[in-house]
Amino acid sequence: MAKNILDFEKPIVELEAKLEEMRKFSGDLDIGKEIQKIEDKVRQLKETLYKDLTRWQRVQLARHPDRPFTLDYIYEMTSNFIELHGDRNYKDDKAIVGGLAQLDEYKIVIVGHQKGRDTKSNLFRNFGMPNPEGYRKALRLMKLAEKFNRPVVTLIDTPGAYPGVEAEERGQAEAIARNLFEMSRLKVPIIVVIIGEGASGGALGIGLGDRILMLENCWYSVISPESCSSILWRSWDYKEQAAEALKLTAPDLLEQEIVDRIIPEPMGGAHKNHKEAAAILKNALKEELSQLIKIKPEKLVETRREKFGKMGEFIE
Amino acid sequence: MAWFKRSKDNIAADTRKKELPDGLWEKCPSCNEIIHKKQLEQNLWTCIKCGYHFRIGSNEYIKIVLDKSSFKEMDKKMRSADPLNFEDTKKYSQRIDETIKKVGLTDAVRTGTGKLNDIDVALGCMDFKFIGGSMGSVVGEKISRLTDRASKNKLPLIIISSSGGARMMEGAYSLMQLAKTSSRLAKFAELGIPYISVLTDPTTGGTTASYAMLGDVHIAEPGALIGFAGPRVIKQTIGKDLPEGFQRSEFLLEQGFVDIISPRKNLKETIYNVLTLLN
Repeated sequence: MAKNILDFEKPIVELEAKLEEMRKFSGDLDIGKEIQKIEDKVRQLKETLYKDLTRWQRVQLARHPDRPFTLDYIYEMTSNFIELHGDRNYKDDKAIVGGLAQLDEYKIVIVGHQKGRDTKSNLFRNFGMPNPEGYRKALRLMKLAEKFNRPVVTLIDTPGAYPGVEAEERGQAEAIARNLFEMSRLKVPIIVVIIGEGASGGALGIGLGDRILMLENCWYSVISPESCSSILWRSWDYKEQAAEALKLTAPDLLEQEIVDRIIPEPMGGAHKNHKEAAAILKNALKEELSQLIKIKPEKLVETRREKFGKMGEFIE
Repeated sequence: MAWFKRSKDNIAADTRKKELPDGLWEKCPSCNEIIHKKQLEQNLWTCIKCGYHFRIGSNEYIKIVLDKSSFKEMDKKMRSADPLNFEDTKKYSQRIDETIKKVGLTDAVRTGTGKLNDIDVALGCMDFKFIGGSMGSVVGEKISRLTDRASKNKLPLIIISSSGGARMMEGAYSLMQLAKTSSRLAKFAELGIPYISVLTDPTTGGTTASYAMLGDVHIAEPGALIGFAGPRVIKQTIGKDLPEGFQRSEFLLEQGFVDIISPRKNLKETIYNVLTLLN
């Protein structure tokens, strides 16, 4: 049973608990019909609930503490993962992990934000908020991929780049800008997947690629709904409205042509079934890789630049 | 009762005045000197006593950096399309209309070509007056087109930044302008033509995390606030006041992210000298 239950998930969890209880007794009593009824009801409830999630509910799902994180996906999807550490300059940032891996027939370099699951691991991972050396490590690994002609997969899941004194001293902004600059001209395929939270520059810092995929229950925007609420409404209480206004869900971003493809999640969200979530993503990655590795490096870079060059809406 | 409490005692209120008030006289926020506006203008909006740099707009910078009447503006009419139909306490479309009327600009950057001591250059100049100099689709597109013009005509590129970061009201579109402008500059970098980034007060957020930090040479005005996260956010995160001079130009130079600090009155000469040595 899930440890962390969101408010809007409660009716389903309660019904499922009841169902479980009834099943236990069903050996002695003839209540098969009753069970059937409740099962139908649960399914119906799930279908309607998860079809009509509000944007704020999706934000909550994207932050679900039981959701699979980067290393979960890496272990489920790949074999022979070898983690590589450090930016060769300052230190090893624990909020970004990466290394070499085998995704079935593909040898890839995979990089992603890493959150922790409890207080201790979250402190170790800095809640998935990288310092500049995290972005520089990511870039170092991407350059390695380029040198050995390996495609790059990046997984995005961060509440933002860390806003701290040391981060500024070491050039947080420069690190992100440099990554965008270099990723735009990297001569190997880059597939970006938003697997949880995509908060602003901290997310985009490893988010420039040939294909941008987004899991069904994620958010990606220029600012978190909470911060947006505090700046524009001058209060923390308007996060729901801010989430609506920012249009930050996967369907929104697909419509804005910022994301290329939505990756479905298991019923109820990726946290309900890590294995299934990873299997769906793995298939999608293999489809995309099979296409991208055929494209010549020059063409790849040119198309990537054009892709981002087209983003934006204005009136002349 | 909360288990954890953050001490607010060591956070001081931010009392610094931010905008130029109207009237004939100005008071220097740094040394309290009262200066006549004419005198201030002649001194390029820097304090005659302590050298404090007042925040100025694109009009002033264009006059300071380019030769007289040489600026030919591009994409003058481009304006925001409000792609998200955004509304907070006010409709974004209404905010845009009002700002255009109030400040006489169509968005937060002006771009064009001109001459700097007779050298042909491409110049982009941001303006903090327009929704905090924030970068949305228009800024991204204008900077990109300016970069293309510089590529095509083989012109040195100069971008003067003054911006609070990406514009919230265009959501992910604004964020993508970081990627858009940075990839354009990566292409431009292949040509071996100089790109000079000038950082003025303030340059923060998405602007710093893209083109402002990607120059061949970074020139900052003295005392300008330059950073990724704003000081208020950092203060809230760490629960302490920030060290004196933190995120100011001089700090950035010490940390290795700015090459030159140039007072406003030397700005044109500094750019010129760099260009002549590189070109």
